[in-house]
Amino acid sequence: MTAWKTFVRSKIFWPVMALVALVAANTIKTTRFLNIRVQDEHLFGALIDILRNSSPLLLVALGMTLVIATRGIDLSVGAVVAISGAVACSFIASSPTPGAVVTVLTAVAIAVLLSLALGAWNGFLVSVVGIQPIIATLVLMTAGRGIAMLITGGQITTINSPAYKRIGSGFWLGVPVAVLIAGGVFAIVAALTRRTALGMLIESVGINPLASRLAGVQSRTIIWTVYAMAGVFAGIAGLMISSNVMAADANNAGLFIELDAILAVVIGGTSLAGGKFSLSGTLVGVLVIQTLTLTVTILGIPPAVTPLFKAIVVIAVCLMQSPVVRTKLASRRRVPVIAPVPAEVAS
Amino acid sequence: MTAQDVRPTTDPVVPGPVRRRRSDVSRVLHAVRVDRRFLPVVGTIVVLLLMFTIGGARYENFLSGRVVSNLFINNSFLIVLAVGMTFVIITGGIDLSVGAVVALSGVTAASLFQSGWPAFVVIPLVILIGSALGLVVGVMVHVFEIQPFIATLAAMFLARGLCYVISLSSIPITDPTIVWLSSTRIPIGDTWSITPSGIIALAVVAAAFFVLHYTRFGRTVYAIGGGESSAVLMGLPVARTKVLVYVISGTCAGIGGFLFTVFSRSGYSLTGVGMELDAIAAVVIGGTLLTGGSGFVIGSVFGVLVLGLIQTIITFEGTLSSWWTKIFIGVLLLIFVVLQRAIAARRR
Repeated sequence: MTAWKTFVRSKIFWPVMALVALVAANTIKTTRFLNIRVQDEHLFGALIDILRNSSPLLLVALGMTLVIATRGIDLSVGAVVAISGAVACSFIASSPTPGAVVTVLTAVAIAVLLSLALGAWNGFLVSVVGIQPIIATLVLMTAGRGIAMLITGGQITTINSPAYKRIGSGFWLGVPVAVLIAGGVFAIVAALTRRTALGMLIESVGINPLASRLAGVQSRTIIWTVYAMAGVFAGIAGLMISSNVMAADANNAGLFIELDAILAVVIGGTSLAGGKFSLSGTLVGVLVIQTLTLTVTILGIPPAVTPLFKAIVVIAVCLMQSPVVRTKLASRRRVPVIAPVPAEVAS
Repeated sequence: MTAQDVRPTTDPVVPGPVRRRRSDVSRVLHAVRVDRRFLPVVGTIVVLLLMFTIGGARYENFLSGRVVSNLFINNSFLIVLAVGMTFVIITGGIDLSVGAVVALSGVTAASLFQSGWPAFVVIPLVILIGSALGLVVGVMVHVFEIQPFIATLAAMFLARGLCYVISLSSIPITDPTIVWLSSTRIPIGDTWSITPSGIIALAVVAAAFFVLHYTRFGRTVYAIGGGESSAVLMGLPVARTKVLVYVISGTCAGIGGFLFTVFSRSGYSLTGVGMELDAIAAVVIGGTLLTGGSGFVIGSVFGVLVLGLIQTIITFEGTLSSWWTKIFIGVLLLIFVVLQRAIAARRR
């Protein structure tokens, strides 16, 4: 087991180093970076900001991790984010009592159920119809934003509801509610996949769908489940994003969040080829992306240039994780006896 | 594709009676059977014709040379992008960077023109930017074994970031060459016309058609998509080809960016957002399988025309809001993918 542990450690090593480097750079630039202060019984500080801004991305990335582990991919999460926000905001805006808790809860329930349905639709296309995941979800990615605009009528629906605002920017016991939600979902997913057999079943489907089916794993149900989960998580993220700005912007809400999420998953060391996945790796990946975004702002670089830095980090992390470089590094450290197992002869 | 292809396909070629009775019907059937690999493309053409028929029946002046010419001219950059994408997708890869490369070459061109560079330097330069990025992606994919999805995603972020470094605002282009290119219309007959951009797009299509279907390189592209390890075992130059398809796609993106610059007569770092998805959708609608190994350049061209025609019909309809375009494209994509799936299933 120690060999497996060192393997995990080495995979997650570079992303963690990237995160440490970013935090160090920020702390050198502004010494107050690591400070967390309590103001009005709320926690404040750059680190709290990073955590709060990471929450929607973490939710989406969690779902994405599971989907990618089954050798799939979900491009539609950004569209689901937009639809979920659009539905919730439209419902609240049209309700006579936009501030009431009941209204907000109903809106949340409708949005989450719809997201579940959209996720299940993806799962249906992938597992039952047998379409490649990238195309099956591209359908919803393309059509989804259109649907979101259909719901909002092409307008940016703004709402005024203190109860709804709490989801994205409220605090509970001093901690941002968004962080609590994302943390809770992370804990639930971690428990579901690591304390039950679900995680192993997902990995087995990802490593070899045929073999796992022959071994009695209901791969169809598993695949369906992960897409549905990804949909629900994207829906919750959509609620958070729309509640943060108290508006539903069908065009821009969650734009490119699917790419950021995939990036976070890959930075975290989960291979796009499916199989073994690492939820903590995804968490680190999400934090790297969000810290990077904040770093760019702190260093006084125009935020529009962020993609450039993202590209550099992604390329660096991917190169360090690539088989060629890893073999080189391994052979430098000790005699090259154990060459890393080549990726399974897929496709 | 692994499990399906392994199965022994002892194809019961044509049952006896049909073969003996060489009637016209059976001959047609036989022809269709032989051309099964063309089925997806035929489907695309049927949809295109169907849309023309519906449009022609519903609106006046729809079936005019002007509409068809505009359909072609306004989508010339997308045609070039889709053609480049076809190469990558046939090898089983994907290129998400093309939209950002379009923006990058546009912004670069505009800012170089602004500082007074001549057109004969700028135009090759912006196309070469695309090729260079494609080369970087190809090396990442082949040498470092980074999945194409991630490598091109990184290239997309890289290109988009570089755009913002060059300029955050839209730069107008006043260079006489570009102005001439964008304002010239060459009439063909009474109502038909074509622009220099359209001619460039046609030239790219012709070149790609030749390279993909009539050269050794093209056959290697199909072989890699069909099975990379088999291609290696056959002694084909897999490494070179795999890098080259990304260079081709990058170059096409560079050309597409140049065409888009001519089309919009400006360079803006936010152009081409999501254009890669349009290109992928066009390739898929054109009958190319995303698993690789099968597809045609012409199919992608028809795919682009189908997408463009959706837009045209919605413009003609007038009352439909612009978001219906997205929904229709999504639905069409779904229908095509399910049909392809059905064809693949019947083949087994």
